[in-house]
Amino acid sequence: MVHLIWPIPALPLAGTLILVFFGRRLGARAHWVAVPSVGLAFVVALAAFLRVWRDGETFTGPLLDWIIAGDFRAPVTVQLDQLSAVMLLVVTGVGFLIHVYSIGYMHGDPGYPRFFAYLTLFVFSMVMLVLAGNFLLLYVFWEAVGLCSYLLIGFWYTRPAAADAGKKAFIVNRVGDFGFALGVMLLWVSLGTLEYDEVFAQAWALPTGTATAIALLLFAGACGKSAQLPLHTWLPDAMEGPTPVSALIHAATMVTAGVYMVARAHVLFERSGVALEVVAWVGILTALFAASIGLVQNDIKRILAYSTISQLGYMFAGVGVGAYAAGIYHLVTHAFFKALLFLAAGSIIHALGGEQDIRRMGGLARRLPVTTLTFLVAAVAIAGIPPFAGFFSKDEILAAAWASGHLGVYALGLLGAAFTAFYIFRLVFLAFFGPSRLDAEAARHLHESPPVMTIPLGFLAVLSAIGGVWGLPGEHGTPIARFLDPVLPHGEAALGPGTGPLLMAVAVATALGGILAAWRMYLRRPVPAERLGVPSNRLHVLLLGKYYVDELYDALFVRPLVAVSEWCARVFDLGVIDGLVNGAADLVGRWSSVLRRVQTGLVMNYALSMLVGAVILLGLLVRWR
Amino acid sequence: MELAFPVIGWRVITPMLLVTGTGFACLLLDLLPPKERKGHVAAVGLLGLALAGLATGLLWGQRETAFREMVALDEFALFFNLLFCVATGLVLLLSHGYIRRQGIEQGEYYILVLFAALGMMLMAAGTDLLIIFLGLELMSLSLYVLAGFFRTRPASNESAMKYFLLGAFATGFFLYGIALIYGATGTTSLPRLAEALARAELGRDPLLFAGLGLLLVGFGFKISSVPFHMWAPDVYEGAPTAITALIATGSKAAAFAALLRVLLGPMRGLQPDWLVLVWILAALTMTLGNVVAIAQSNLKRMLAYSSIAHVGYMLIGVVVGTQLGAAAVLYYLAAYTFMTAGAFGVILLLERRGAEAVQLGDYAGLAARHPLLALLLALFLLSLIGFPPTAGFVGKFYLFSAAIEAGYVGLAILAVLNAVIASYYYLRLIVYMYMREPEGEPVVAALTPAAGLGLAVAVWGTLHLGLAPGPLIGLAQGAVGPFLP
Amino acid sequence: MVPVGYYTTLSAVLFTIGVVGVLVRRNPLVIFMSIELMLNAANLAFVAFGREAGQLDGQVIVFFVMTVAAAEVAVGLAIIVAIFRARQRINVDDLNLMRW
Repeated sequence: MVHLIWPIPALPLAGTLILVFFGRRLGARAHWVAVPSVGLAFVVALAAFLRVWRDGETFTGPLLDWIIAGDFRAPVTVQLDQLSAVMLLVVTGVGFLIHVYSIGYMHGDPGYPRFFAYLTLFVFSMVMLVLAGNFLLLYVFWEAVGLCSYLLIGFWYTRPAAADAGKKAFIVNRVGDFGFALGVMLLWVSLGTLEYDEVFAQAWALPTGTATAIALLLFAGACGKSAQLPLHTWLPDAMEGPTPVSALIHAATMVTAGVYMVARAHVLFERSGVALEVVAWVGILTALFAASIGLVQNDIKRILAYSTISQLGYMFAGVGVGAYAAGIYHLVTHAFFKALLFLAAGSIIHALGGEQDIRRMGGLARRLPVTTLTFLVAAVAIAGIPPFAGFFSKDEILAAAWASGHLGVYALGLLGAAFTAFYIFRLVFLAFFGPSRLDAEAARHLHESPPVMTIPLGFLAVLSAIGGVWGLPGEHGTPIARFLDPVLPHGEAALGPGTGPLLMAVAVATALGGILAAWRMYLRRPVPAERLGVPSNRLHVLLLGKYYVDELYDALFVRPLVAVSEWCARVFDLGVIDGLVNGAADLVGRWSSVLRRVQTGLVMNYALSMLVGAVILLGLLVRWR
Repeated sequence: MELAFPVIGWRVITPMLLVTGTGFACLLLDLLPPKERKGHVAAVGLLGLALAGLATGLLWGQRETAFREMVALDEFALFFNLLFCVATGLVLLLSHGYIRRQGIEQGEYYILVLFAALGMMLMAAGTDLLIIFLGLELMSLSLYVLAGFFRTRPASNESAMKYFLLGAFATGFFLYGIALIYGATGTTSLPRLAEALARAELGRDPLLFAGLGLLLVGFGFKISSVPFHMWAPDVYEGAPTAITALIATGSKAAAFAALLRVLLGPMRGLQPDWLVLVWILAALTMTLGNVVAIAQSNLKRMLAYSSIAHVGYMLIGVVVGTQLGAAAVLYYLAAYTFMTAGAFGVILLLERRGAEAVQLGDYAGLAARHPLLALLLALFLLSLIGFPPTAGFVGKFYLFSAAIEAGYVGLAILAVLNAVIASYYYLRLIVYMYMREPEGEPVVAALTPAAGLGLAVAVWGTLHLGLAPGPLIGLAQGAVGPFLP
Repeated sequence: MVPVGYYTTLSAVLFTIGVVGVLVRRNPLVIFMSIELMLNAANLAFVAFGREAGQLDGQVIVFFVMTVAAAEVAVGLAIIVAIFRARQRINVDDLNLMRW
């Protein structure tokens, strides 16, 4: 089994090393190294997955001893089981498609080899994060993927916004990682081991308070990495990075590391109980909160960023209510359709020469057929329309919330689903349909992207469309839940007879409602408003009357919602949270400027400082009794 | 009457004898031509250090004392001997091209570096306060001169003057501390001190506590702990960069060696009394170092404050006082030696408009002009932040987990918070190197083979200690064995 | 026999005078002499304590300290001369090129 494991990280690492040392010489041929290295890693991962799937064979073992301190040992243990096998497939598979796509998207960029070096380094780190068999290794690569993310967000470092966004991502993540590190330390202190097997075997012996502290500290790390409240602010800014990076790191893989970690450590969270509740509520509140902000954004990548935060919230809600398999399943389908959304958005941005504002798009469907079709598939998937992938996974989560008695989570999740359908179709209608609002220059250059970009879109579209087969409810739960059962036991969801189909129907109706609302507001209304000036007959007035209703709705629901949403975006997001983070930084900076003045450069003052220190030291020592 | 010929334990001081011999050989060699080029002196010095390191390796595992228990041969001394050989060797490698370019290549430079190393070894091996004092003075006097080796540059002069005056001032405290301890216990030998302190009635003597406090002042100065740290930024900035590296690594490690031997040796029984003080020193030192480093735009000065902060981290290990805590300090000193010598090693290679490139602005866009050097500097900085899988990460990990294990959770949390603050100013430099456009006159790099070898060793150490820390922490735990079984 | 307390008191007074001298004087030479005073205060303490304990150790230590002090003088004067050559005056308050 080991011979199927070590090549998975080794191949991307080899790619990175070659790119680091020979990148300059390779120049525009850098993808000759990067794409095969990740592609081969995917093939090996597939083989390993098949072994796990067919034979149920898993592997846990040390590669080498890394840290030994007294009775403390931290070998480099890798663990390949059902959960990591699924994650490996997603990381290398989606990673491979995005590498291919990047050949077209990054074509001609002066930093082409550097881009691929970072990207393969990321794939290596992410693979190791997933393969890690103990918390220390997990932490190490947790930091490493953060570093790659930081490097790639700031990839276009000549743009100040990109450099700032990179720094912000890093600093916000440090806050979460601080918690994570403390959690790992506390774990070691209380159990004396960091190996997954041993930790999970002994977790039930932990006092509840300790377990809660550990779980919440670990979850703080997850909040940072997966952009959950209140540490989500970095992700929208991270969109300053190249679009393939947004797709791979900030949608499909790295940001889901938090979900993976919580699912992996679910024994600890269950031991605490409280921590699991916290995960569920933070998740669902984030889902709703981010979705509401997504309603009013106009930058195509920012809409998708808020959408990612929101979907990650669903995943946390899923694992929080104990439906670990459902959370992981949503992670997988989300990786497909969100990567697709980002790549298609990248294709649009590419076609429009950098335009990202959906108010200056419109009517793209005729000129960008492949992009439009694939984007539409992903949009339907995320909105939750059967039989597309997103429907099954989201429905699993909501059903689990219902079944476990988290009715509040369920209700908020449903509302969030309506928002989701609304914002994604608002984006679809404004960008692809309706009249073209492009300026003449952009319209002339408008072109479909080259095959090297559209083919990955096609693959992801197929996956987004058929990914639902893993989530078809069967006799003993969904196939994915059965597969993951050895790692993530699923409690029998006690849905009453007939409740399942009912919940599904409600979910579909909600999604359709959201789409309908978007259609009415963004596709139907503008057209008559332009064509028809004054009402000419009674029928028309009646028709117009429908608009009065719309406006009533608008005034009663949409505008307050928009206002609240904007308020959230502006006041809460920028004011409170950024204020806190920046405030802390400013405070340190100010102290720094004050304290440096103490250093006057005069020997006398230095000697005086020493004397004062000596006197205090002596005073304390001699009278210390 | 029969004269008793004293038994001299030459074997115990073999590494020191080798360094001394090399120093004298270099003195003679320096008198011979050629007058302008002194590379051969450095080569002989390196050879001597290598021999001393080899002797250290051969003596490993033996325990002996000599000269009436004034000097000890134990794993602790040997561990530090090895560390000093590496640190001094790195400095010699990095110095050669540097001092030639700066026009101060003289044989005395290398000789003084060797004698400084001898002083350090004496401090680590001394089991008598007097020997520790002599070692400290030998090291300090050499470093005072070296700090002012740019005789015509005002900054270097000023650096030497400040270092000298404040160092001598601290020596006064240190010596008076020894005198008071001698007065309280009637001995300066650490083993006999331990015996004397074991007798209960002595344990409460104010004279003893005053002496201990004054000793702490002296050590505090040498390790540049707040509030005895103020010399460090000025001296680091003005001294030749290679010497700055030596002051930051070797002299600090030597002072820590003596500090550990004294505090965790005979003074262990007084731990309840000095614990709180060292706790406060650690907290103050790391916080002030990191906070003030943020406001610095001169790299040498920034690294000076950073080194103050790192001393704060290491003092945690002293506070903890367990075997793992003390071993973590030793480990951290080794890691710190590699990464700091490496960082200064990159800095001293870079010049702009004929002057050393030490301003933050000089590093804008360095990655585009000198990708290899920028990568190396970034690696050392990441290690200083404590990024896995570098030596700095493992060192911090040992220190902080030792603190948590011993129940000093507050101190560990403060240290982790400090590490977060610290990442800001290190990352700022990385951002400058990788994410800014180069501006103004280009920065030139003068990478000589010797300096390249030095940097390679530093990189190897930084990565090796990060990837395979097991053997070294094992050595470190063995090394603290003599007083923390 | 003069009780040891007298010696130690004198030694403490000398030490304090030295410390104050370092803090208030501006000429490096005088500062340096003040530091020497501190060292000699320690020497006096060593001798007094050694005599009280009936050992020779205290007196032997003094020889070591005097040697070290002599070496320190050599280095210190060299540095002072180097600065004097560059500036033609020596006042420690002028030495503030590097600060903050």
